[in-house]
Amino acid sequence: MSLIRYQTPELMAWPSLDRWSSLRDDLNSLFELPFWSSIARQGQLFSGWSPALDLYQNNDNVVAVIELPGMRREDIEISLHDRTLTISGERKSQSSNGEKAERTERYIGKFRRSITLPTRVDANKVSASYRDGILTVTLPKAEEAKPKQIQVNVD
Amino acid sequence: MSTLVRENRDIHRVQSEQFIAPSASVVEAADGYTLEVEMSGVNKERLEISVENNELTIVGRRSLPAVEGTLIHRESRSENYRRTFELDPSIDANKISAKIDQGVVTLTLPKAEYVKPPKITVS
Repeated sequence: MSLIRYQTPELMAWPSLDRWSSLRDDLNSLFELPFWSSIARQGQLFSGWSPALDLYQNNDNVVAVIELPGMRREDIEISLHDRTLTISGERKSQSSNGEKAERTERYIGKFRRSITLPTRVDANKVSASYRDGILTVTLPKAEEAKPKQIQVNVD
Repeated sequence: MSTLVRENRDIHRVQSEQFIAPSASVVEAADGYTLEVEMSGVNKERLEISVENNELTIVGRRSLPAVEGTLIHRESRSENYRRTFELDPSIDANKISAKIDQGVVTLTLPKAEYVKPPKITVS
């Protein structure tokens, strides 16, 4: 007869994880404030502007959607090295002399953002569009990376 | 000191919809203020600007590009934008104008004539 009932280690682990996730939520709620979000989310104090990036994929393409408000098309650069997509550029300051900046949350200056793509893409067929401050980059998958249908004949 | 950028946060709490506060920059010049607010994914039709009780409210409803496929990595947020500013008494609320270009709203808030610094010509 055993005095202590056996408990699976996984079950033991959950309460502590719970505590972490609630702590994380608490911390996140702190960062909801615009003052913090301008520093933390855009990370401008530490690493420059890091624009939010979403990545989608379907059978033929990988699509990257990046938030880049207020850029000029010619100041956005898109480059591809193997499976690493890099978006970089510079937002230039438009203020002139005799003006006093009272609040500056918008990031001015250079930025660079890289992401590893899930598959190889065809670098020659990459296309991009920029609308309402959102850059959409469509990267067609390389032939060998596309899912293939294999016919199996059953006798 | 100007109160143009003082915000009224209570408004966020009474709303049932969750909003995110967009980044903003304010520049003051002799004849007025320029307010720039970042709202990527918002176009002219989805932007609402109102002035009530000396408070300027900007609401931007975002429409992200519809992409066919599975989302495999996400950093963007789906909430709409909202931010409120208290207007400095020197601003002529009837002369506020706004434009939106590539997700940045630029508001021009001219000061009323009487608060502009008088020009003194020295002969």
